[in-house]
Amino acid sequence: MSGGFRTTDGVAHAPSRLTRGLILGIVGLVFVVPILAMVEFTLRRGLVGGYDLHRWTELFQGGLTGEYKPVLVALGNSVGLAIGTVAIILLLLVPTMLLVHIRFPRLRRALEIICILPISIPAIVLVVGLAPVFSVVARLVGSGVWTLAFAYGITVLPFAYRAIQSNLDGVDVRTLSEAARTLGAGWGSVLLRVLVPNLRRGILAGAFIAVAVVLGEFTIASLLNRVNLQTALVVVSKNDPYTAVILSLIALFVAFLLLMAIGRLGAPRRASRRTPPPVPTPTGDRP
Amino acid sequence: MSQTTMHRAETRTGAVVEFAGVSKRYGTHQALTEFDLTLQAGELVALLGPSGSGKTTALRVLAGLESCDDGRIQINGDDVSALPTSRRDMGMVFQSYSLFPHLSAGENVEFGLRMRRVPAVERRERAAAALALVGLDAHYGRFAHELSGGQQQRVALARALVTQPRVLLLDEPLSALDAKVRVQLRDQIRRIQTDLGITTLFVTHDQDEALAVADRVAVMRDGRIEQVGTPEELYTRPATPFIADFVGLSNRLPGVVRHGFAEVHGVVLPLLDPSHPDGAVRVFVRQEDLALAPAGLPGAGRADMSLAGTVLISSFLGSLRRTSVQLAQGGTVVVQHDVRERLQVGEAVSVRFSGAPVPVQAAS
Repeated sequence: MSGGFRTTDGVAHAPSRLTRGLILGIVGLVFVVPILAMVEFTLRRGLVGGYDLHRWTELFQGGLTGEYKPVLVALGNSVGLAIGTVAIILLLLVPTMLLVHIRFPRLRRALEIICILPISIPAIVLVVGLAPVFSVVARLVGSGVWTLAFAYGITVLPFAYRAIQSNLDGVDVRTLSEAARTLGAGWGSVLLRVLVPNLRRGILAGAFIAVAVVLGEFTIASLLNRVNLQTALVVVSKNDPYTAVILSLIALFVAFLLLMAIGRLGAPRRASRRTPPPVPTPTGDRP
Repeated sequence: MSQTTMHRAETRTGAVVEFAGVSKRYGTHQALTEFDLTLQAGELVALLGPSGSGKTTALRVLAGLESCDDGRIQINGDDVSALPTSRRDMGMVFQSYSLFPHLSAGENVEFGLRMRRVPAVERRERAAAALALVGLDAHYGRFAHELSGGQQQRVALARALVTQPRVLLLDEPLSALDAKVRVQLRDQIRRIQTDLGITTLFVTHDQDEALAVADRVAVMRDGRIEQVGTPEELYTRPATPFIADFVGLSNRLPGVVRHGFAEVHGVVLPLLDPSHPDGAVRVFVRQEDLALAPAGLPGAGRADMSLAGTVLISSFLGSLRRTSVQLAQGGTVVVQHDVRERLQVGEAVSVRFSGAPVPVQAAS
């Protein structure tokens, strides 16, 4: 009767522990198998057969400073671009969304459509439009890699928008900001002391996705002739597929660390901030 | 608590608030029309009205959360119409729970002081004192989600009062609470307001609430004030049929005005406004201005003040009983009476009028 589901009077309301474990296992395999395959590939001893670490040791003994240095530079570029893109989300998208939500609710549909639009435009199409724009940008501010952040700011919009909007819908932003204003807070304080702390989850999720998207981006950078991590890895893989895979693994690891760090920054600080009551008297009712 | 005493002394004299000809339009909807109202220092005025009558708009205009299209608002003689909300020095409690979810109750209360750059130590002391004022000093470290609805609104009240604002604004603060908590908090708000002597504007759609706590009640309708007066005045001398109908529970009976008296099915009643022109009218008779007696009993009182009828339904309401009676002449009346008078459904009764002056409205 239960068929893998927990039941109440025969009606299933949640998957059983076994089903949940199975789903998690299968999804986990999808992630783990390719990574394990990559590791296996880098450990092969070529035609001789068997496994050793010689490709890893060779790379670290001299490679990283020599012919593969461009990859390190490219990794730096990508991290810089990720930071730039997150900055665009934080400084442009978040205030715009709040403004629309609080002051111009009638523009919400329009904003949503604009923000979701980039997901329906393939990067390769986007580049066709971006190329002439970037030739102007290059003339104005130079052709530094960082200018790519503008393009990435657009490509991450749909993901960041959804993440922030779902948080925004769950918080009574209007009443909270009005309450803060009646208590003497100007708009700056309302934003930084009331709204951002309560939207932290959504903003962080948006930033996470932005970082993940930027670190994995290839098409736009390649077609606009900028060097980022992915384009550099492609160049390396043409000479030496083994090293390219090792570098990809390292890049994955770095990205993983980066995301962990951002997550740690935003972890709730409640437990440590809870202050004991100054005068513990048994007045007041229980919730 | 010494902090509380200091608090009281400083806000003993509230501010005088004056709305003068304030108008507010939303698109084509006129939310407020030539709104005039003066709140005396330390007075609690309730704005009472059905939804859409403009009462919340009036409060939000005073708070600066909405701008007014016309007219001006003065506090102690200073025109504040152009000041932003953050500089109007008001405390406000909202209808929906408005505590900052990321701060504890104490930090919520401290928020207004933080905005005024009060040093941390003093901030903490004053926040604790304000929480003590609403009886929640033991809940300083609790977060909103750990508090009940009533507690959240009490913290919100402490948060609104801790900065010693010139005016306290209450926007239906009790409407999300259940009946028992609502009455407790209502009385607590009134007690604190009287103690502090803070001028307060209380918006509500609940007439019991308004009549119970307010020094004066302003009844609003379609963006205008219909009548301002003490609860007793509104109840006993309603200025318009709308008020007679809206405040208290009235029966509407068809009648005729003749020579300064109203006649309902042959019963002659004095008019609240004896100058009312003769003609067909609707007569408002309060449920408590009617009494019931079994038909044909000698104690039924003067025959010319009674109407015959049969009991339709009788509901027990704890301290009183409310009975609907089908009148022999047609129509029904609802009578409020003592619980000990038990009447059977279908029983013949006589409905006796107390003879209290009645308001009337010309029948259209």
